[in-house]
Amino acid sequence: MRRVVITGQGTINALGRDVPTTLNAFREGRCGIGPLELRDVDRLSVKIGGQVKDYDPEALFNRQQIALYDRFTQFTLIAAHQALDGADLNFSGDLAARTGVVLGTAGGGVNTWDENYRSVYEEGKNRVHPFVVPKLMNNAAASHVSMEWNLRGPSFSVATACASSNHAMGLAFQLIRGGGADVMVTGGSEAMLSFGGVKAWEGLRVMSKDACRPFSANRNGMVQGEGAAVFLFEEYEHARSRGADILAEVVGFAMTSDAADIVMPSQQGAARAIIGALKDAKLNPDEVGYINAHGTGTAANDKVECAAVAHAFGAHADDLMISSTKSMHGHLIGGTGAVELLACIMALRDGVIAPTIGYEEPDPECALDVVPNEARDAEVSVVLSNAFAFGGMNAVLALRAAP
Amino acid sequence: MGESVQDKIIRIIAEQAVLEPEDVTMTSTLEDLGIDSLGLVESIFAIEEAFDISVPFNANQPEESDFDISSVAAIVKAVEGLVAEQQGT
Repeated sequence: MRRVVITGQGTINALGRDVPTTLNAFREGRCGIGPLELRDVDRLSVKIGGQVKDYDPEALFNRQQIALYDRFTQFTLIAAHQALDGADLNFSGDLAARTGVVLGTAGGGVNTWDENYRSVYEEGKNRVHPFVVPKLMNNAAASHVSMEWNLRGPSFSVATACASSNHAMGLAFQLIRGGGADVMVTGGSEAMLSFGGVKAWEGLRVMSKDACRPFSANRNGMVQGEGAAVFLFEEYEHARSRGADILAEVVGFAMTSDAADIVMPSQQGAARAIIGALKDAKLNPDEVGYINAHGTGTAANDKVECAAVAHAFGAHADDLMISSTKSMHGHLIGGTGAVELLACIMALRDGVIAPTIGYEEPDPECALDVVPNEARDAEVSVVLSNAFAFGGMNAVLALRAAP
Repeated sequence: MGESVQDKIIRIIAEQAVLEPEDVTMTSTLEDLGIDSLGLVESIFAIEEAFDISVPFNANQPEESDFDISSVAAIVKAVEGLVAEQQGT
């Protein structure tokens, strides 16, 4: 069986513009959630988010690029440059043909939709920029990555709401393991912090107006974030033969569908995905030291997720650590699993478990070790990353320390 | 005078529950009427639209919201309060 390793990583999110800054924030338990800065924010009832602040696209991209790159594509390209620029891979010939791009995003070019609807509906204009469609489409980010690096293998975008990135990375893993590609650029991106993007979420009444406090008894909802994380997945022998710095090994993946409710999570669906990932990786449950939780900070998710973990791990659930970094970077929706994978790799490489910040009151329905408020030093050799989407679509990845 | 607050709310709740208005009593709970969490959020939206008010309700903390949803009578009382407060009538 071909093995799959991670040989590059990059990110931009509310905690930082690169991986070292983001990992430092995880270590310090720093919160990137704050007042939203966007047009018409006074008409929103939810006014906080994990926003990338002081962001100037014109300093990073030229005019033609900005005409084609929605904010979610810009975030993707920034993260992809970090993941790929140090990799010393020459994407031509066979390697280019055997390298693809699979990226998650739930909304794609939400800001482009928002700005152009505003212009035709509110301002009454009858003409929009000619590149609106190629700018807003969900696969735009994956396409621009493929063009930037000449990646000619299997490439597509995945949209499964809050599980998009985990589904994308799981498929990238399966493509390499199954022989469909040797190298994959994967991860995800979201830029939904526009007036329309936040207004839509307000409607569900699951958003917090003050903070994201996963697993805490006084939690009162989720907080949106934005940004991207991109990784280089590579077949193990390929990575070894070129002397690549291996960050971690991807050892298992499973996806399940609840087939039950469009918004309420299912304990059974989540547990089946966790157990499926362990089986796929041929792991014993007691090998898992850390889980990066879906941990949205809603009443429903956190309780159901803890019950699923308790069911999947039995007595070992009390010995493992589980934290939600959404408390710091917010919920990046389709990009969230990618940013959260950074915390999984940090746990394996650096022996530091990112905390769940904002934790104030224990909840008997979330009675696991949620690594409250402060990062913890701990040696772990296997970690999981959970993602459970609206629509009941679940995706769990299993990672092991670099071989 | 149009429909009373009570009649309007009963109409909204009945529509959500796919019942006739006469099947909705003041002592009914939303659970009795078969309205789930999504139905509740939709009912609150319909109430906000019908009365042009903003209802303080967070689905994560229904019991801590300032909006009592324990029965149809409680919802009517809460909406009357919000209408008076937000429209000054």
